[in-house]
Amino acid sequence: MSAGVGVDLENLWIRFGDFVAVRDANVKINGGDFFSFLGPSGCGKTTILRAVSGFLEPSEGNVLIGGNNMRGIGPNKRPTALIFQNLALFPLMKVWENITFSMEIKGASAKERRKRADELLDMIALPGQGDKLPSELSGGQRQRVAIARALCAEPDVLLLDEPLSALDLKLRQHMRTELREIQQRVGITFIYITHDQGEALTMSDNIAVMKAGVIDQIADGKTIYNDPATAFAASFVGENNVFRGKVKRIMGDEALISTNRSGDLVARISSANQGKMAEGDDAMMFIRPEAFALAPNGATGDHFITARVNHEEFEGNVFNIFMEGEGGKELKVSIPNLGQSFEDHTGQNITLEYETQNAVAVPAGELAAE
Amino acid sequence: MKSFSFLRLSVWFYLAIFFAYLLGPLVIMSVTAFNSPEFPRASPWECLTFEWFSALFQDERILNGIWNSILVGAGTVVLSVAMGLAGALMLTQIWPKLRATYYTIIIAPILIPGVVLGISTLVFWDRINRMLGLGVDSFLSNGLFLTIIGQSTFIASYCMLVLVARLQRYDIALTEAALDLGATHTQAFRKVLLPFMKPAIASAAVLAFLASFENYNTTTFTFGEYPTLTIELAQKVRYGITPAISALAFIIVVLTVFAALANEANIRRKELVAAARKDATVEELESGRMRLPNFFSSNWAAVGLVVLACLTVATVGTATVYSPQQCIADIREQKRLETEQRIQELRQRRAEEAARRAAEEAESGADSTGGQSKPAAGGNSSGFGGAFAPSALGGDSSTDDPDTGADAAPEQDSGSGFGGAFDPNALSGGGDDGN
Repeated sequence: MSAGVGVDLENLWIRFGDFVAVRDANVKINGGDFFSFLGPSGCGKTTILRAVSGFLEPSEGNVLIGGNNMRGIGPNKRPTALIFQNLALFPLMKVWENITFSMEIKGASAKERRKRADELLDMIALPGQGDKLPSELSGGQRQRVAIARALCAEPDVLLLDEPLSALDLKLRQHMRTELREIQQRVGITFIYITHDQGEALTMSDNIAVMKAGVIDQIADGKTIYNDPATAFAASFVGENNVFRGKVKRIMGDEALISTNRSGDLVARISSANQGKMAEGDDAMMFIRPEAFALAPNGATGDHFITARVNHEEFEGNVFNIFMEGEGGKELKVSIPNLGQSFEDHTGQNITLEYETQNAVAVPAGELAAE
Repeated sequence: MKSFSFLRLSVWFYLAIFFAYLLGPLVIMSVTAFNSPEFPRASPWECLTFEWFSALFQDERILNGIWNSILVGAGTVVLSVAMGLAGALMLTQIWPKLRATYYTIIIAPILIPGVVLGISTLVFWDRINRMLGLGVDSFLSNGLFLTIIGQSTFIASYCMLVLVARLQRYDIALTEAALDLGATHTQAFRKVLLPFMKPAIASAAVLAFLASFENYNTTTFTFGEYPTLTIELAQKVRYGITPAISALAFIIVVLTVFAALANEANIRRKELVAAARKDATVEELESGRMRLPNFFSSNWAAVGLVVLACLTVATVGTATVYSPQQCIADIREQKRLETEQRIQELRQRRAEEAARRAAEEAESGADSTGGQSKPAAGGNSSGFGGAFAPSALGGDSSTDDPDTGADAAPEQDSGSGFGGAFDPNALSGGGDDGN
């Protein structure tokens, strides 16, 4: 199988009147990748998808598919297939007619279509359901029919617009694995739009984190999680505790930050920002809940934090401790449950420690809304 | 509990009144179609007859009117549904700020009186006809063309309203999905949007046909050489109506009920099948052994349809063999007898009156002079002369009238059924005769 067809966005601007939906997006998506655009609703990710599929002409810049500029080419002439957020299955057509709609357009005979539909139904594990109407299927089944319909058109690039958002949690988790498997089987490029960081992290080869029309960071999931480029990326992907402050001293790839509440703390400067932060700059430091460990009470130093415990909860795999944090926000700490005894600390002061490599410093910026 | 049952009772009472109000005229009219009197009446019931139906089917003008109405209806359906669909699509595509204005404009024809639409259609197309230098017998002044165009101006708006309602439930993503899968705009329209709109298009077509069929006030200006049924009926009614028109109305009512029942039965059937499919297991669906519900089970509309069909067949069957001649002859005979009896009674009453009057005459003659016999002239003293005097009807009755005194001469002269009404002497009253 070939490496698939890549998609490039070059200096892409999309405006609606005065409103800028997408600001100077530059993305290179490799052929055969599972690529996700991750961001809160209204950040412009669906707009990008519509520009790629051809329903929208970019105001400036270009969309290239397989190196060919797509300007002026309509959605029905592009080698893309889109899976809509609400799936948009044709309600009056049977499942097999839905799946093979693209063949009907090309004038294939009913017999050929039926055969192809049966193959695809087998692939999506819905054998024998071809004669039902979409309304007679469950949500997950409809989902798979939509995928089969898109695949039947044999696109070079499959575009998915939050296709799992309408499903319940269990099904969503199951479909994640299934989508990933299908993508690996057919080997074509998937571009996936989501506001769910769990979906993006589990399925994607690469992720673009978007905020208000701007792409903050493009990297693989691990990098985005461990080494966020901006405060937004750090706060949007996964749970994170933020510490605001000013850079006191730069020590190679580490920085000492005098935080507003917890004194001077040391953190690793994220790779995207190395050399870009200077002493006296406003900075933010992020430590994940699971990166803390309990320390002997009263220990001090640049990697110890002492605070009062507001309340605690037991979640099964972890104990969660919520402590007084900065600006009314609580500091969350998750201690893995390994069968150890765990006393209640509510109302007491406790001290935490962390390893420097687990704290990330980035320039101060906008945080993701809760 | 008592007040509750009272409430129920009044609800039923109200419903009964409401339906009587709604359906009563139709029922009465249907009855008149089967009653034999020349004038449509439900009572007194005389004879069951089907002659008004045959009279209807022998009336060239009515048949021609029906044919024209069907032609106009078909044309209007095609034109109105097409225009309505275009208008509805436009409404969903147009720039949102213009939408309200556009909607008002497109709805306006419904609010304009049909008469105005009729006149303006006539004037407008006549103008165009002249501008193009065409004669009076050109296509543009053809009654069929003008009627279709004229009716469609407002029927298209009705269609649009029906279609917009459905279109609002259309997910534009379906068209986008079709485009995305390689369809052209035409293909997306034909294969996705049009099938979705089909039920609404059918409703709009039925609505358009009915609106066209019953239209009078627009058509009355435009029909030209093609009078539709409503026009023909209106012209007929001017010269009095016969039960043949009731027969036509009855046929239309029956056809309507038929169509409504058939539609309802079809809808129920679909619902039942859908429910059965939902309940069916995968294996049943696959093997094709799914049990579909029986045609009549829990489908009252289907039962009603069959009953109505049987009734129709039975009625038509009866009509072909049934002859009301004997009954009509009996009724005629009975009527003749009644009339005779009435005449007899009348004569008798008059004879009695005459006798009484003769007695009064004799009395008044005794105590008054002959010149003052004025009251003896009786009714003749009024301006109507003897027109309302029962004796005048007979015409020949005056011969045996004892009133042959001084005023006898003018009375004798009239000698007609009008009595003395047209006798110039009578106008001034009988008084001066006596002088």
